[in-house]
Order: sequence, then C-alpha cells, then structure tokens
Amino acid sequence: MKSVLGFLFGIFLSLLLVLWIGESPLFVLEVLYRSAFGSKYDLGLTLFYATNLAFTGLSVAVAFKAGLFNIGAEGQLHFAAILTAWVGMTFSQLPMGLALPLAFMASTGFGFLYGLVPGLLKAYRGSHEVIVTMMMNFIAAGVASYLTLNVLKNPNSQNPETSPVSPGFFSPERDLTQQFFEGAPVNYTLWIAIGIAVLVYFFLSKTTAGYKLRAAGLNAASARFSGIDSRKVQMLAMGFAGALAGFVALNEITGSAGKYRIGFSADYGFVGIAVALMARNHPLGILISAFLFGALQKGAADLDFETELITRDFARIIQGIVILSVTAFYFIDFKKLIQKWRSK
Amino acid sequence: MCKFNKLSVFFAALLFFSLCQASNKIGLVLDKGGKDDKSFNSAAYEGAMKAQKELGIELKYVEAMDSNALESLHRSFAKRGFDLVIGVGFAQAEAVNKIAAQFPQTKFALIDGEAKQPNVKNLLFEEHEGSFVVGVLAAMASKSGKVGFIGGMDIPLIRRFELGFREGIKFQNPKGSLESNYIGVTGEAWNNPAKAKELALSQFAKGVDVVFVAAGASGTGVFDAAEEKKKLAIGVDSNQNWMKPGFILTSMMKRVDVAVYETIKEVHQNKFSGGTFRFGLKNSGVDYALDSFNKNLMTPEMKKRADDVKIQISSGKIKVSDFYKVKR
Repeated sequence: MKSVLGFLFGIFLSLLLVLWIGESPLFVLEVLYRSAFGSKYDLGLTLFYATNLAFTGLSVAVAFKAGLFNIGAEGQLHFAAILTAWVGMTFSQLPMGLALPLAFMASTGFGFLYGLVPGLLKAYRGSHEVIVTMMMNFIAAGVASYLTLNVLKNPNSQNPETSPVSPGFFSPERDLTQQFFEGAPVNYTLWIAIGIAVLVYFFLSKTTAGYKLRAAGLNAASARFSGIDSRKVQMLAMGFAGALAGFVALNEITGSAGKYRIGFSADYGFVGIAVALMARNHPLGILISAFLFGALQKGAADLDFETELITRDFARIIQGIVILSVTAFYFIDFKKLIQKWRSK
Repeated sequence: MCKFNKLSVFFAALLFFSLCQASNKIGLVLDKGGKDDKSFNSAAYEGAMKAQKELGIELKYVEAMDSNALESLHRSFAKRGFDLVIGVGFAQAEAVNKIAAQFPQTKFALIDGEAKQPNVKNLLFEEHEGSFVVGVLAAMASKSGKVGFIGGMDIPLIRRFELGFREGIKFQNPKGSLESNYIGVTGEAWNNPAKAKELALSQFAKGVDVVFVAAGASGTGVFDAAEEKKKLAIGVDSNQNWMKPGFILTSMMKRVDVAVYETIKEVHQNKFSGGTFRFGLKNSGVDYALDSFNKNLMTPEMKKRADDVKIQISSGKIKVSDFYKVKR
C-alpha cells in the first residue's frame, strides 16, 4: 500500500516538474497512458520490458530475502544470454520440442552458476556480495563481448551481435503471444514470468527450503543455532537469484531477438532492484511493479517523441523521482504520523 | 451563398493541403550517444538543422533510450506520416529493416548500416580510407614514431578505423608502431571521457605523441590529456579541431552532416531513391580537417602528402584493407 502511495506521489512530483518546465501534465499523463495501453503493439512492448523486469526483480528479491544484495543480475543475464546463444548455434539440428527445454536449462543453468560464484565467495571467504557481483558485471560484459566479436560473430552483419540461433530455438512465427501483439517483442516468456512469480511465492512462503532461506536472511546467526546451515543456504540463494536473472536470456534468445546483441539489456538488472524494492520483495507484487516500471521505460521514449521539452534525460529524471519516492515512503510510519497529528 | 461557402472551404482545404505538402516532415532517430556528443550524432543533428534552416522542413528528433525502443520510435514516426525517417547508427539497421517493410510509403535513411528494403537509403562511409590519411599525417607529425589509437566500444566499425589508421602509419613510416586501446565493451564506452583520458595518459607515458581517438563523446578526455602533456590528438566524425586548438592535429571527418542534409534535400525535391550509397575519399564523404585552428600544426609538406595520398586511394593506386572484408 505504501508503495502505491509512493508511486503516486512520485508521479505527482514529476508532474509538478513537468508543469514547471512548461509542458501540460495532463498531456504527459495521456501520453504515458497511451504509451502503455494505446495499441496492442504498445501494450506488447510494455509487457516485454515488464517480463524482463519481473525476472530481474524476482532475482533481486530472492537474494534480499536471504539477506543478500544482488547487484549482479545484469551480469548474470548477460552471461546466461551469450552462452544460451552459443548453445542455440551449436545444437542446430534439434527440433523445437527438444531445443526449448535445452535453452531453458542453459539460460537458468548458466545464470545459476554465475550467481553461485559470489555466493560461494560470500559463504566461505566472507567477500561482500555487493562488491563481487558488481565486479562480475564487468567480467560478464567482457566475456560476452569477446565471444560475440571473436568467436560467435555474425558474418552477415556489421552489428556487434552473434549469428542467429537455429530455428528450433527461435521461431517467432510460431509464437502465438507475439502474433497477438502485432509483432511487438513480447513473447511466450511473459507467461513463464507470471508462472515463476507464483512458484517463487509458494517456494518462499510454503516450503521448508523457503523458510530456511528467509530465516537465514533475517538473522544468519540465529538461523545457524536452530540448525540451518546459513552459509550454504545463502550460497544457494545467490545461485537461485542468478537462475532467475537467467530467464531474461531465455526471453532474448528464444523469444524476442534470436541472437545475442551487445547492449541488448536496458539495464534490466539494475532497474530490477527498484522493481523489487517497490514490491517490498513480494513475488506477486513484483509482477505489478515490473509492469509499472516497464510502462515508465516505454513511456520515457514516447514522452521524448510526443513532447517538445521533455527529452530522454528528463524522462530519466521522472524515473529517478518515482524510484526515490517509492523507497522514501517505505520509511514513513503513517500510523505514528496520524497519532502525532491527533494528539496536537 | 451556401455554394460559395462550400467552395471557400474547398479552397481553404486545398491551400492547407498544399502547405502541408510544402513542408516535409523529417524524423531523426539519434543513437544512444545523443545529439551533444560533439561527434557522430552531433554531425547528423547539424545536418538536419541545416536542412531545417535552409529548406524549411519540419524536423523532429529523438534520442534512443535502449535498443528495444528504436523499433517503436521508427514506428511512431512512420505512423504519424513523416516523409522521411533517418536512423543514425549501425544499431538501428534491424529496426529500420522491419519498420520499412511495414510502411512501404514512408522513406527511410540509415547511416552506418544496411537495410535491404526498396524505400531505404543506406548511407555507408569508408572510414578506413579517411583513417588511412590521418594515419599518414600522424606518422609525419610524430617525433617518436610511436602513434596511439583509442577506440570507444570494441566493435567491428571501430576496428575498421583502427586497421585503416594502422596501414596509414606503416605506409608513411614502416618503422612506426601503433599502440592501441579500447575504452570498453559496453555502450558506456562512448560516454566515458575519464577512462579515455587515463588511456591517453598511459599511451603518452609510453612515448606515444599522437593519438587518434574514435570514441564519440569520450574523445574529450583524450583532448584534455593531450593539452596536459603537450602532445597531439586527432579528432573524429565531426571537425573537432576547435575543441583544443593547438593540440588537435586534425580530425577524421565523416560527413554525416552532408549525407543527412543531402538526403533531406532529395526528399524535399522529390528525388529520393533507395539503395546503398558509399561515401569515401572520392566524393569527400570522409576527409581530414584543415581550418584556422590547426593550420599551424600542419606543415605544407604534410598537406601535400595527405592530398597526394587521397588521390592515390581514390584512383585505387593504394588499397586500404577494409576490416569488414578482411578474413579473420
């Protein structure tokens, strides 16, 4: 509830700013609305952003629940994406029925491994996961660029991208979701995102492993005294977070692009932190906040297009204000405020 | 009376329609670097601004937020009935290709990329030729024989600059050596002057005294380093000589501005045609810059040599390797 208030307050502040620079706030609202729901294509692009943000949001949230801060979702998804693209190019003869499960295993598996590394270092060497994941983002970008430019390069293109994966892995004409949204990049992984969010919700709140994870996150020491191997749990949680970020690779390689393109990610890993924060790490809430942030991402480009004065940079300021006010509202205790006000 | 009214409405509509016809609507989709990178995107922006001033067209420009937004921006322009949509940068090739197929009535232009649709004009530049010429100049200006290259993002396009530059140096001074560095592997490399400066300083420390930088908005860092260490830098894309007079030997100009302006003019005069057009030394699509800011750095000898090399490349006497075609 607070998040929603914070979101609305952020939008309100942004609109004041819009008024101040001389654009009509009503028009901006209209553009934002049309940007998200204007046509099937618009909705599709918004949902595409939302799908990726839901995955990274879940990734950050799971790590948060285990008491860890995963800034590495960006690196995890790039690492998973380049290797999934490699898998898709290598096993070129597979029919779709085998290719997609393989791509699924590759993207989540490589994501898991890449998330496991900071988990291991944290658990057995005490290295702080924030530092390690941040560094590993650059390593992933470097590995991905090296492989793209030197090993998997697309000989028919001057773009920095890999060759396309084989049709078994990527065939948009068979993707009903994509057909429905008039060629917007959204695809079948949208439903996976929703399914995974529900699964993560059940995992965290209804299973023993989920309970252990939350216990280790709330207080690692006390969890250890009650017989939970906190270190192992945190390590696996990091791997789990990496696997969730790896789903973005599944979206990119088998759903929207069919190849690894350098710089394909619109900072999904980092915006995912805001998505998780806004949803208070609740897996189902993340679906909603991912949609809102997807709409903001999409709306930013449209505001630049539709208005004279709002440029790309201004649209980023709006995003920033919304994120800031959502986080700030978390720390306002409304009950106390009301009590204080009444006692006066 | 009623009839007269109808007639006047008809004429008003006709007038309005013809006015609409007169001012062409041009959409410009800039790359992530944005219009103020003082280099590649700036050049495109200036070309479009010039067209707006001289031809009276209606110009609308946007800057891409991320690569997925590109497609929707082109689509928005096409849907709004813009006459010409210009995509700036290789990253837009795919988006232009897809949208041009969906909107065959709209004209598109694409810089640095190729989209194989009949309504797309592809504007390609022979960067390796221009880089060869500034390579010759760098080798002549260098006292130590050590020349540096700093690229932005490590992509084939920038490798193409580097290869041409390297061959230019070797052509002029077979003993000359090239120190080459890239700022990064992500898009952030186009906008990181601090790192560019570090790289330039470390190259200068190794004895390099002329550095060619092909890194968009990061280039300013290299110019700062050159001023600090009293060495020379070579700018790229736009004429950047004015940015640090006395420390910028020349600029490898890629006349994106001319290409954009000419394309808009063609649309304005109804002479637009699709296909691929290459801009090389021959048609002054790439060139080295000589103006009042660097005339003291360039000896008459250097100018003569550069012009000579230009002619030899244009006539095919000198073959510059093209990174896109070199087998690796």
